[in-house]
Amino acid sequence: MTTASPPAVIPAPKPSFRQRRRASGTLWALAIAVTIPGAAPILHLVWTVLRPGGFDAGGISAARLGQLFGSTAILVASVTVTALALGTATAWLTTRTDLAGRGMWSMLVSLPLVIPSYVGALAMLGSSGNSGVVSLALDAVGLPKLGVFNGFWAAWGALSLWNFSYVHLITTPALRRMDPTLEEAARGLGASGWRTMRDVVLPQLRPALLSSSLLVGLYVISDFGAVSLLRYETFTRAIYTQFRGRLDVTPALFLSGILVLAALVLVLVEQRNRGRASLAARRATRPPQPIRMGTPGRWAAYGFLGGIVTAALVLPLVTLGWWAVQGMSLGNVFDPVLSEATRSTTVALVAAVVTVAAALPVAILTVRHPSRPARILEAVSWSTYSLPHLAVGLGFLVLSIRFVPAVYQTVTLLVVAYVAMFLPQALAATQAGLRQVGASLEDASRSLGSGSLATLGRITVPLVWRSLLVGGALVFLTVIKELPATLLLRPTGFETLAVRIWSASSELFYTQASVAALVLVGISAIPLYLLVTRDLHR
Amino acid sequence: VLYSGRNENFVQPVIDAFTAATGIAVDVRYAGTGELATTIIAEGDSTPADVFWAQDPAFIGGIAKQGLLAELPDEVLDLVEDRYADADGRWVGITGRSRVLVYNTDLVSQDELPDGVWDLTEPEWAGRFGVAPSNGSFVAFVTGMVLAEGEERTLEWLEGIAANDPVIYDGNGPIVDAVVAGDLDAGLVNHYYLLQRIDQLGEVPAANHFFPSGDPGGLVMATGAGVLATSENRDAAVALIEHLLSAESQAHFLTLFEYPLVDGVGTPDGQVPLGELPTLDISLTDTADTLEPALALIAEAGLT
Repeated sequence: MTTASPPAVIPAPKPSFRQRRRASGTLWALAIAVTIPGAAPILHLVWTVLRPGGFDAGGISAARLGQLFGSTAILVASVTVTALALGTATAWLTTRTDLAGRGMWSMLVSLPLVIPSYVGALAMLGSSGNSGVVSLALDAVGLPKLGVFNGFWAAWGALSLWNFSYVHLITTPALRRMDPTLEEAARGLGASGWRTMRDVVLPQLRPALLSSSLLVGLYVISDFGAVSLLRYETFTRAIYTQFRGRLDVTPALFLSGILVLAALVLVLVEQRNRGRASLAARRATRPPQPIRMGTPGRWAAYGFLGGIVTAALVLPLVTLGWWAVQGMSLGNVFDPVLSEATRSTTVALVAAVVTVAAALPVAILTVRHPSRPARILEAVSWSTYSLPHLAVGLGFLVLSIRFVPAVYQTVTLLVVAYVAMFLPQALAATQAGLRQVGASLEDASRSLGSGSLATLGRITVPLVWRSLLVGGALVFLTVIKELPATLLLRPTGFETLAVRIWSASSELFYTQASVAALVLVGISAIPLYLLVTRDLHR
Repeated sequence: VLYSGRNENFVQPVIDAFTAATGIAVDVRYAGTGELATTIIAEGDSTPADVFWAQDPAFIGGIAKQGLLAELPDEVLDLVEDRYADADGRWVGITGRSRVLVYNTDLVSQDELPDGVWDLTEPEWAGRFGVAPSNGSFVAFVTGMVLAEGEERTLEWLEGIAANDPVIYDGNGPIVDAVVAGDLDAGLVNHYYLLQRIDQLGEVPAANHFFPSGDPGGLVMATGAGVLATSENRDAAVALIEHLLSAESQAHFLTLFEYPLVDGVGTPDGQVPLGELPTLDISLTDTADTLEPALALIAEAGLT
């Protein structure tokens, strides 16, 4: 998932009379056309459940469904709370205090986003247990070895560690924008530091915290690789088990449909809550006074940040590196996975460009010509985004076999699926950009006789190109890490880095898996760098 | 196009040799046997696959039962013993694999080793062994057990296992790894995983324990290949299967410790010859009929 926050968090400016100009038919047609591919698989999955006899054909008992809901809900709740706590703490420490190297720390705690959670989980497995890297290190200094990381606690740890950075990235700008006079007033009236935090700071952070918890919560629901590797049963993993354990694809589709319905409910609940959450509209007039930390507090803070960076970044990289080196010393052939890296990079680049292009009409429609139907289009693409990729992938698989066999198992279908799943990332970035530049220049261009297309090419795109770049970088980062939909929909022989990591680790070829993982992390670092510098320093 | 439920390191060298010899290019889709079987059925008539090579007789048998496989010519079927091919000639066994209990030799003593799979439901094994119930090879073993002992007894065994606090995995590989590392005492797997690990790592504190003949645990399964009925390249597809059964390919599988099913190629290093392996007197063809019951029983026992 992403650092993009759902759209309504950025309060939409009241449309001026000029912005209410009617949208052209072409714009509508384009916007609808790019939204359809995302809507189709959802509708199909929901229909699988709700059609007459759907429940019987699913063949999953209600007790089993309850069990899966329970185990998934526990994980979602615990990871979300943990990630919120970690991410808010790191954001606060790196914006509001006088710790040395705040910029560097902020960068370091964002970097775990380059590590897909399944790679993190793989590294956790490789560092624990009798022959784990950390166990061996502990053993060497006479300490007891670590037990094997698996089950609930491991899944909780992995998903918290490799998701809290989203919270950090979303909360940091919010903290920075916050008007410090309110806090100072509270302190001046005698409120304690904690009370100020609770009654003044946290309520202002509410929109940021809500949207990041939605992001983390949805990610946990959709995670497939980490929970599989760490052996914790969730809904998404059960879909996969059904898919591979049964000959008939219906039970897997049925479970996906149920999950789709559940995710839609979650999105709706969040949208309701969001309505009451527009406290942070005031902009800071000046930067807040940094809080001076005492020596013990300072060291505790360094310890905390250092600990997180060690667990989320240093340990996995060391473990992967160790595997790669150890494998080669055992005579395993070093395979630089060049063709996989090329495929991954190419398909992610293509998907990023297409997604940004597809997001443009929807963004223009929703920002320049706001209307109820436009909002519905936007909501449709957000719902696809919020669904587990495994479910969306299954939907695309079944639909393309049935209706468009010509694209089945082609790069085209893969890219269409990526665009459908990740459109909102580019959409949110583009919308933010469009809102910042306003419509007056475009109107001027049109009044001087330029056509819509010429205006788009000469005025709009050049003005928002930075936002487009950010959206594209986000899509690139997400696509290159994407695993379950890629597994299902890739053309035969089209092994990407993610697929390679997955297949090599399940066949115990850890040398190959670790090399591929390191290459993936290296490539992902480039777009992440772009995003982090934008998000943290604006 | 070949859909391969066998892994890339196992298959690709043989495919490359085929392409070099015949000039026929083969695209291989690597994934789990179960995933591919489900995919083929979902694809139905529009499947791009020409050949399917499964880990197990049950899943390919399931495909055959749906009428999706073409009959193979007799000269291909005759390359292996009858019991390692489909009775109706729609798939042929390529290699053989035995179900075993892999155990850590430091953690499990010789006299503790079970005499049969039923022993694993006893209290002394509680929490000490791993299984991979969603993996095709475990499912295939259960299909055999249903044939040999009936549904009721099989369910009783599965429930006994589920109640004995097993460690649940997704696949055989991680079980073997955990046993080798000493994180797990034992696990139900196929025989060759450990042998490949030994080949990679050298000496390890783990060994395979074979169940005696007649025990449902002691089962030799064939990895089966068949040609899709919808294939437009049927001659090439049959040629590919013939190539998998050639002495050259079979010798390659031997180096990865699976049993060649073609006579006279040899026996994996240090292993009992195929004919002397303990086995269960069931028809592999019939495992296709017990696939659905087996899956239902595994789910009913709550092994997930």
